[in-house]
Amino acid sequence: MSLNVSNLTVHHGAICAVNQVSLAVPTGTLAAIIGSNGAGKTTLLRALSGLNKPTSGVVNWMGETITGVKPEKLVRKGISHVSEGKSVIPELTVRENLELGAIWRKNSREMKVSLDQVVTIFPRLGERISQRSDTLSGGERQMLAIGRAIMSKPKLLLLDEPSLGLAPLVVEQIFQTIKDLTIQMGLTVVLVEQNAMGALKIANLGIVLNLGKVVAVDHAQALIQDPAVRAAYLGY
Amino acid sequence: MQLLNTFLIGLTAGAIYALMAIAFVLVWRSTRVVNFAQAGMALLSTYFGYEAVSRLGSFWIALPVAMIGGALFAALVEFTLMRLLVKHASSGPIAGVAPIIATLGLLGVIKSVVTMIWGGQDLVIVAPISNNGFKINETTTLVFSPLKLFILVVVLILLIILTILFQKTNLGLALRASAHAPEIARLSGIRVDAVRTLGWALAGAAGAVAGLFQTVNGNGNFSPDSTEFSLLLVSGFIAAVIGGLDSLLGAVLGGLFLGIAISFVLMYVSSGLFFIAPFVILLLVLFLRPQGIIGVKVGRRA
Repeated sequence: MSLNVSNLTVHHGAICAVNQVSLAVPTGTLAAIIGSNGAGKTTLLRALSGLNKPTSGVVNWMGETITGVKPEKLVRKGISHVSEGKSVIPELTVRENLELGAIWRKNSREMKVSLDQVVTIFPRLGERISQRSDTLSGGERQMLAIGRAIMSKPKLLLLDEPSLGLAPLVVEQIFQTIKDLTIQMGLTVVLVEQNAMGALKIANLGIVLNLGKVVAVDHAQALIQDPAVRAAYLGY
Repeated sequence: MQLLNTFLIGLTAGAIYALMAIAFVLVWRSTRVVNFAQAGMALLSTYFGYEAVSRLGSFWIALPVAMIGGALFAALVEFTLMRLLVKHASSGPIAGVAPIIATLGLLGVIKSVVTMIWGGQDLVIVAPISNNGFKINETTTLVFSPLKLFILVVVLILLIILTILFQKTNLGLALRASAHAPEIARLSGIRVDAVRTLGWALAGAAGAVAGLFQTVNGNGNFSPDSTEFSLLLVSGFIAAVIGGLDSLLGAVLGGLFLGIAISFVLMYVSSGLFFIAPFVILLLVLFLRPQGIIGVKVGRRA
């Protein structure tokens, strides 16, 4: 198991957003965490990347306890988080946003190699490399956010609602890209999504979160077939 | 000739305001605090410079000494006082204003401490080069002097260095990313805390140059209660606001614009408007272009 979470609890003030969550994600797995608004998905992801401090519980990554470690340190351990809402910096150009992802590596040659790699994956970013990123479309911004994460050479990719606010066709592209990346780069991915069907279709592992608790864990395909999950989250 | 003189005097004063405005913007961008202690820091740095001049006898050494001293002091303030304040007053009704009030308090503390160490009397830093105007011919002399030319050149060099730092280096990218989106910066592996301290240090250095130049560009006298430093505080802040408070380019344009505008008001309207002119100009700009002279209107994410 590369990512192991046991009994993780996270509070927002008095509210318990994540309640005694335990889960295990093996290396190379694409895990989808689904659930309705307010289920605690984003808080859970932010606790994994160090943005939120857990109240109790343990996060273990590759045999090392990383509970409460700051995000700027976790990047160096191969954990990359793409936060909710097209997380790019609009004031910077596409190139600068991408370079930002590799900035901690302090190696301009490696930075160039990664940049070429990302541009190969997302040719659209290559075409717009010198533009300010607020001139990009929503889908392109999401590509840029994921591209920035790849620039930091991740082993574990945490994705928060990459489909949010995108047109259906673009959502399909983004999901396909995530699946391809997982396989090609041997990544471990934790994907948080409201778009449950889209996420489960590309995932290996499915995790259902409700009111801060894990209510179901199974193979993604099995969850799609599960009548209770279908009724509650897939809408049929 | 009078027109040219007025313009060049304004340009030089404006270049100094621009440095002070840059200091305000650097602090604002890195920590979202309006640092009213900036004038006190510039004052303290000027005393550092004075010590260097009187011990080593050279203004050329005094300039870097003041800059380094100013940078270290500003970094210390951010690292100790500001961090502590943000940590302990991060919620509640006064969370937003507590750090700003603290900078006002710090301004008073610096002035008192400076008075205790160096006394309240006027000290003098002699300009390294002549402040007598260039002679055009036997009968006409410009007010513009070798000293003023030197000030403009140094400010220009500093601006070029800052531009290269911010636009062309990884450190500059880290400074800009931390200013615009601290969370994304952290997720990219940037130690935003350290970058904040660095932002304050750069501001301290810029303020130090502004303090020294304001002193030698005046009559060379300075004291803890100099009007020169009050003017520097007011004009630097107003220049930063005119420039949109978030933009280094805006700070420079705001400073130059303000310097030239004040110069013309004093020459062609009344020289008694010394302290009122900057405020009137500020109000006019705020009414006509509330986003600042180069600010953009789009809402910025928090």
